[in-house]
Amino acid sequence: MPDSIVEVKNVSKIYKRDTMDIPVLQNLSLGVPEGEFLALMGPSGSGKTTLLNLIAGIDRPSSGSINIAGTDISTLSESALAKWRSRHVGFVFQFYNLIPVLTAYENVELPLLLTDLSKADRKKHVETALGVVGLSDRIHHYPKQLSGGQEQRVAIARAIVTDPTIIVADEPTGDLDRKSAEDVLALLEQLNQEFKKTIVMVTHDPAAAEKAHKTRHLDKGELSMN
Amino acid sequence: MKIPLSYSFRSLWTRKLTTFLTIAGVALVAFVFTAVLMLANGIKDTMVATGSDDNAIVLRKSAESETLSIITFDEANTIGTQPEIAVGSDGQPLMTKEVLTIINLRKHGAGPSDLSNVTVRGVTPDGVMLRPQVKLTEGRMFNFGASELIVGNEIADRFDGMEIGKTIKFAGRLWTIVGHFDAGKSGFASDIWGDQNQILQAFHRQAYSSIVMRLRDKKDFSALKTKFESDPRFNDLKIEPEKQFYAEQSETLSNFISILGIVITVIFSFGAMIGAMITMYAAVANRTVEIGTLRALGFQRRSVLGAFLIESLFIALLGAGIGLVCALFLSFLTISTTDFSSFSEIAFGFTMTPSIVISTLVFATLMGFVGGFLPSFRAARLDIVNALRSG
Repeated sequence: MPDSIVEVKNVSKIYKRDTMDIPVLQNLSLGVPEGEFLALMGPSGSGKTTLLNLIAGIDRPSSGSINIAGTDISTLSESALAKWRSRHVGFVFQFYNLIPVLTAYENVELPLLLTDLSKADRKKHVETALGVVGLSDRIHHYPKQLSGGQEQRVAIARAIVTDPTIIVADEPTGDLDRKSAEDVLALLEQLNQEFKKTIVMVTHDPAAAEKAHKTRHLDKGELSMN
Repeated sequence: MKIPLSYSFRSLWTRKLTTFLTIAGVALVAFVFTAVLMLANGIKDTMVATGSDDNAIVLRKSAESETLSIITFDEANTIGTQPEIAVGSDGQPLMTKEVLTIINLRKHGAGPSDLSNVTVRGVTPDGVMLRPQVKLTEGRMFNFGASELIVGNEIADRFDGMEIGKTIKFAGRLWTIVGHFDAGKSGFASDIWGDQNQILQAFHRQAYSSIVMRLRDKKDFSALKTKFESDPRFNDLKIEPEKQFYAEQSETLSNFISILGIVITVIFSFGAMIGAMITMYAAVANRTVEIGTLRALGFQRRSVLGAFLIESLFIALLGAGIGLVCALFLSFLTISTTDFSSFSEIAFGFTMTPSIVISTLVFATLMGFVGGFLPSFRAARLDIVNALRSG
């Protein structure tokens, strides 16, 4: 997988429940080339979100290695991994996960607080990101003042504001009506095509998967090609 | 860069009632804490204001207060010959040989047998001059040689039968009240003053209680003190700067109030800290997904710990602010109690100082920190994946 920006090699993930070992991923390997829009599909419990969490660096594999843009993140310390996430990963969650007490502007600014950017530079970045998702007129709104689709667009603005190496999206349309889902998918497609962003998306929705370049199916912790 | 303060501050108001009740709990503790310190400080202020920098006071060595002290007429006369004492316009040493005694009077609203001790101070004309803070507010000065009295305003306001023109009976005589006086913040405001000679005679006293003198120069005090320590005629006596004497007098009562009050507030504070802890645990439980999100975005555990601790400190400091403002209103109050060193009534106010404000803020910060630490630590320890799933 020489051109892959995401290289997952022989990764297994076993959860421990009391004394029981529950294997979720088994010896899984996956490569995602730079600029790809990959959809991960599969039944509930197949391990797709676990794989996404491992790629995003919020979980660690039981064995195997995960290399993102030349960094083996499975060897990073917890603190270094947090720093790495802030620079390289943009998150889009099913339920948007915006901070309810912060405005759209402040939510999008959050990841930039972990950079050395000045306030003025942060402002420029936030306004650009909110402009890309078409919410320049909603910057001072709180999440509860926005529709579900708008909230998810703010979340996407938050995911792209640091210009991350990859965007991970976990069921980004799972909580949206059809129209809003289409808008969000169109936005992800635009990010991929126009801004060459690498996107890994977990979805149950075949319509969402259709927008991706490639779809991989996970079943019982193992990958199969679509 | 940390999680913005606005996150911690605004999050407080997402659960308004709980936050408000927790703040109220902290405010109550902060109020009691401040009130106790203001009271102890008020006592110190009152007693220190009783003394003057320019005066020195002589008492019997073993006496802890003026009422317990005895100075014989011979000793008093010898003291009067010391050159360190300033001389008045009449060519006589500027000093007052005073006699203190205690009488029983009834406070307004007290029962027939519920009497309080009040100090009666027999003074000389110099005694009046040495206490410039004592000013007549009503009536006139008592006449030397007559059974007349003037009453400090704290006694006039609180006790029965203290009106001008009324008579009170003690030591087998009827004494007429001819004036009321104000003594600023000093303890003299809780005295009744009369002519030293009349009081000596009425009580058949053969000795004075204390001697207060104006020194020629403040620097002469150490020379005079050395003399008191080495001259056998003064063997049984001690001399102190008047201000220091009254400051020491205040210590027993103010320390008692401080210690008792602080012990009570510390016990109260456990309640407030547990309240803050419950509130913060609830906040962490309600915001688990938010914590997971912040951690996923790259905020470190210590940033999450800091954000929640700051939230707890906000609660504590808001509580402290409210407690302090409420306590400020106590400055308008005056209360009285029995001074342990003289066993007589003393009135004092609540005095706020910058150091009390700082102490209260530090105490509240400590409450916020202790109450908030465990929940914040729990927030910081949350596993990201589990936290995100909990939504």
